[in-house]
Amino acid sequence: MSAAPDIRARAATSEDVLVEVKGLKKHFPVTQGLFVQRVIGQVKAVDGVSFTIRRGETLGLVGESGCGKTTTGRCILQLERPTAGEIVFDGVNLEKLSEKELSPLRRKIQVIFQDPYSSLNPRMKVGEIIGEPMKVHGVQPDPGKRQQRVAELLSVCGLNPKFADRYPHEMSGGQRQRVGIARALSLDPEFIICDEAVSALDVSIQAQVINLLEDLREQFGLTYLFIAHDLSVVHHLCNRVAVMYLGKVVELAESDELFDNPLHPYTQALLSAVPIPDPTIEKTRAHQTLQGEVPSPMKPPSGCVFHPRCPMAVESCKAGIPELIEKRPGHWVACTEVS
Amino acid sequence: MPKLLEVEDLRTQFYTTEGVVKAVDGITYSVDEGETVAIVGESGCGKSVGAMSVLRLIPNPPGQIVGGQIRFQGRDLLTLDDAEIRKVRGHKIAMVFQEPMTSLNPVLSIGTQLTETMMHHLGTTQQEADRRAVELLGMVGIGEPERRLKQYPHHFSGGMRQRVMIALALSCEPRLIIADEPTTALDVTIQAQILELMRDLTKRMGVALIIITHNLGVVARYAERVIVMYAGKIVETGTSEQIYHNPRHPYTIGLLNSVPRMDLHRGKRLVPIEGQPPDLTRLPPGCAYRPRCRWAIADCDRAVPPLAEVADGQLSACLRRAELDASMRDAS
Repeated sequence: MSAAPDIRARAATSEDVLVEVKGLKKHFPVTQGLFVQRVIGQVKAVDGVSFTIRRGETLGLVGESGCGKTTTGRCILQLERPTAGEIVFDGVNLEKLSEKELSPLRRKIQVIFQDPYSSLNPRMKVGEIIGEPMKVHGVQPDPGKRQQRVAELLSVCGLNPKFADRYPHEMSGGQRQRVGIARALSLDPEFIICDEAVSALDVSIQAQVINLLEDLREQFGLTYLFIAHDLSVVHHLCNRVAVMYLGKVVELAESDELFDNPLHPYTQALLSAVPIPDPTIEKTRAHQTLQGEVPSPMKPPSGCVFHPRCPMAVESCKAGIPELIEKRPGHWVACTEVS
Repeated sequence: MPKLLEVEDLRTQFYTTEGVVKAVDGITYSVDEGETVAIVGESGCGKSVGAMSVLRLIPNPPGQIVGGQIRFQGRDLLTLDDAEIRKVRGHKIAMVFQEPMTSLNPVLSIGTQLTETMMHHLGTTQQEADRRAVELLGMVGIGEPERRLKQYPHHFSGGMRQRVMIALALSCEPRLIIADEPTTALDVTIQAQILELMRDLTKRMGVALIIITHNLGVVARYAERVIVMYAGKIVETGTSEQIYHNPRHPYTIGLLNSVPRMDLHRGKRLVPIEGQPPDLTRLPPGCAYRPRCRWAIADCDRAVPPLAEVADGQLSACLRRAELDASMRDAS
């Protein structure tokens, strides 16, 4: 695979960071009124998120519905323009670029969506779906060569090259997800955002796709941002994991460290809520059930957004917003009560 | 103890343009009073159709229950007429569905939906039903029940709606609740709240529970007995300890190997089940799992292997069930 020339010489950093998200905010206006729309509030979907992704690593982004994990991914993809903050990809600040300047970079950042039923055009054949990005970006203008490349991508993703002539509805969910992966690979990306990429699949098929993602990461030196709500899958696939709650990162650590020693009370509750497939362990395991529900992101609580549900909350949690602090080497937590 | 529910050789088919789909193809199981049984399997294995058949909620056409018996408290539900089965539904056997968004009526208040059911099945007065409704909402952990009863489903979050569904299911003091993927649409912390609530209430009231799920963690935490289904048939059944610690059917072993374990350290590669789930209109002869099975032998495609005992209370439908012990599983 030929690597496209870099837009600008890569700045050598000690950690070789590929993606840097700095103080990312994305607020959506909430409007009311049928004819005259008035803005009555803001949904702070993402509210000051910072993290880095090193070249070749897989960073997991977990949290429950509405925590902002998907919006964070969409901002990195530049499908949403952030309200504030910076997305630096390979040394280039994407926020400073025009649409035209962004286009060559879009090739390097690809996405795999959750729903293999709605993310493939039902009127296009599989071969056209996978070839489309190459056509759009003018990477492979020759139809014969493009067809050859499609066949290659299909077999890389564990599908018979003959599937190029099929339509999505003729395939199972697992096969469709492989088509989505082949399409993401068609432009030789460096970075792939997997947004709930295996969530809709049955367990036996999910394991096949997880193994495929791992193989591709190795074979093509890919970097992933893996957005998911299934903590077991995230633990298995990711080197590091960031936990989000109401638009903020509350904890970030190496995968094994986070699952062995969760420090933030939300992470602790989240992990304790996930049942482990072993009845003997489940019988003796302490279950800490979190009370209440996630508050509306339109009216987030003051201070630490988790304080109304937090078993450790003290009076000061209602006032100050806790910073994400490195409490142990490589283990970041946004909680003032964690020593 | 007498069996509460006995399903015998149940067969449910769907007539489609692609051919006849044998969604449930001869399943036999029973549920005791107060017991929690999980039915697990992947999409299309027949777990939901099997449970819907118990209450005769199969849309006809295209579906039809073509054979078998479903005895509930000794009565065969398949021989009842429409008026009689309606007296069982929502009364002695209640259901909790996956979609809390669509299984409540959006134009009726929560209070109306709760009291209507009780007045219909139990013949209670409006006042008595109102009083019970307040009590039920309190029991499922909904604060300010008097105010909440006047509200409509869209005022409730997904987790709260599922609590309302549970209140509705419990309102007529059923003996059995069938919960079809009750928490699949919910976030994990809400899932835990709902499942703990269901377990506490069913245990306290001695109600039997059938949980239909694809989540092996949920099964391990909540079920006493497990039924594993594949391609419309039961392939293995036993206590949850037997199924998780000593599985004796290749499909069960495959499922357990496919799930990533959060409690173990990373690094181990998953062992997926190869191939694709079967097309139910074109099942191979013999064992339906044979094309994906790593232990298949020539005899496997001769005839469908029957469920046979491998240990006390554990049945497996595999010809090689006797050999398939720990040493063979580990060698894979």
